[in-house]
Amino acid sequence: MILALDIFEPYGFQFFRNGLVVATIAGALCGLLGVFVILRGMSYIGHGLSHAVFGGAAASAVMKVNYFLGAGIWGIVSGLLIARVARRRVIGADAAIGVVTTASFALGLALMNRYGQASKSIEAVLFGSVLGVKVVDIYAVSLVALLGLAVVVLGYRKLLFSTFDRDVAQVSNVRVSLVEAVLLAMISLTILVTMRVIGTLLISALLVIPAASARMTTNSFSRMLWISPIIGAVTCFVGMNLSYHLDTSASATIILLDAFVFVVVYAIAGTRNRAKMASLGHL
Amino acid sequence: MRQSILSNNESPLIACEHVSCTYGNSPVLHDVYLNINRREFVGIVGPSGSGKTTLLKAIIGSQPVAHGSITVQPELTIGYVPQIETVDWYFPVTVEEVIVMTRSKTQWWPRITTKERTAVREVLEKLGIADVAHRHIRELSGGQQQRVFLARAMFCQPDILVLDEPTAGVDVRTRHEILHLLADLHADGLTILLTTHDLNGLAAHLPRLVCFNKTILADGSPREVLTSKVLEATYGAPMEVLEHGGMPIVIDHGRVAMRGEGK
Repeated sequence: MILALDIFEPYGFQFFRNGLVVATIAGALCGLLGVFVILRGMSYIGHGLSHAVFGGAAASAVMKVNYFLGAGIWGIVSGLLIARVARRRVIGADAAIGVVTTASFALGLALMNRYGQASKSIEAVLFGSVLGVKVVDIYAVSLVALLGLAVVVLGYRKLLFSTFDRDVAQVSNVRVSLVEAVLLAMISLTILVTMRVIGTLLISALLVIPAASARMTTNSFSRMLWISPIIGAVTCFVGMNLSYHLDTSASATIILLDAFVFVVVYAIAGTRNRAKMASLGHL
Repeated sequence: MRQSILSNNESPLIACEHVSCTYGNSPVLHDVYLNINRREFVGIVGPSGSGKTTLLKAIIGSQPVAHGSITVQPELTIGYVPQIETVDWYFPVTVEEVIVMTRSKTQWWPRITTKERTAVREVLEKLGIADVAHRHIRELSGGQQQRVFLARAMFCQPDILVLDEPTAGVDVRTRHEILHLLADLHADGLTILLTTHDLNGLAAHLPRLVCFNKTILADGSPREVLTSKVLEATYGAPMEVLEHGGMPIVIDHGRVAMRGEGK
């Protein structure tokens, strides 16, 4: 009885309910897009974009511009800059991401040091904060999640084709660059609406770990698209609750939970593969 | 520079004129003239690094052309089979999914329809691998892998099949199977263009060969093209051509000599 009351205790707080809704939807959204992130080897782009958006968040706070507008534009500009720098082949896309996004991140930090009110807000942006979640965040994350779902359902075949075999997709009249731009835009939007809860530093983990766990459970692309968002949503939901009771940071708890799921799946998949190999050996 | 073997009134399916491509500042293709006519079966031979793949990519439109022009007949459907080494075999897709994804232009609904399932079955049956439809692509043998990508190219009912090194990395038996399969498809009326480095196993069996090293060095039947002079110009190494059972056989002296010189 007492235990049951304990479990429901955080639900008495408006901020917790808001945070829980945003985190759960964000988990599903990151899980969904994460499938493309890991299959296309875009993990570092996700990591970089979150750092770039941080610069935008800081700048918009200083200039008193709306967060979504300021950080959004900043994110898009960073993306374009990355593409621009990476076009010089001698540099390479990963180095281009490193240059542009860390510079953006550093600029954000400097701006906050110089003009920000307190170091507390920096911490909130870096590690996320449930307290800062407003109703507008629920709308924003829901909107982006619906958009993400629409993109994945409507563009399923084109996304799959251009992810698996870019050259042949292009020959088959799929507009590969458009598909890539849409995907990058969706990832930027996801980071934008999720960042206030999860934080800059840990958001890329949410884009990578659930999808990586899902990959190990199945060899089917379509099933991966179901499993990954479910893992993302469940770990965010459970992680939020745990963080309240353990008095730990919400984002840290969520990511640790994701990592735990990954380890379990990894161990099980390893055992299953060895069993499969052993049975093949008898053939 | 060259005339097509088939002299018909129909304009070629693909016409390359004065084509050059570059990577950075270094030229990969130089002044290429090549016509591919309907119902031809053409092999492009040349050493690795000679720009064969680049030429194919320029033809299918995934490699920008620096100079010249490539004219492709309007409404031409190209079925492209990439080198199987370039495929990500760990990607989570089944054979059926690989084949159906080519219908992404006309079909958007994620689920594979019953009609598509039947069509996939038909093309797999035609290529003799009807039983692998639901397997993950990593669970296939080398010959099956090649056939799956051939099946994908065939699925959109192409006017021309373009294959990059279809026999690279496969064993002798599979090579024979692929060669026969392609010959059958050609006999059914399909136009085929492929690249190969396999002179005796594949190239010598084709009706038309193009010797290629950054540009076209010779173009004609194997008998016309496979001569020591042409091959030395193509490969930059001395080669001898013998005849066996009415077929030219290329002997690679350069390699033998180098082995002989070893201490």
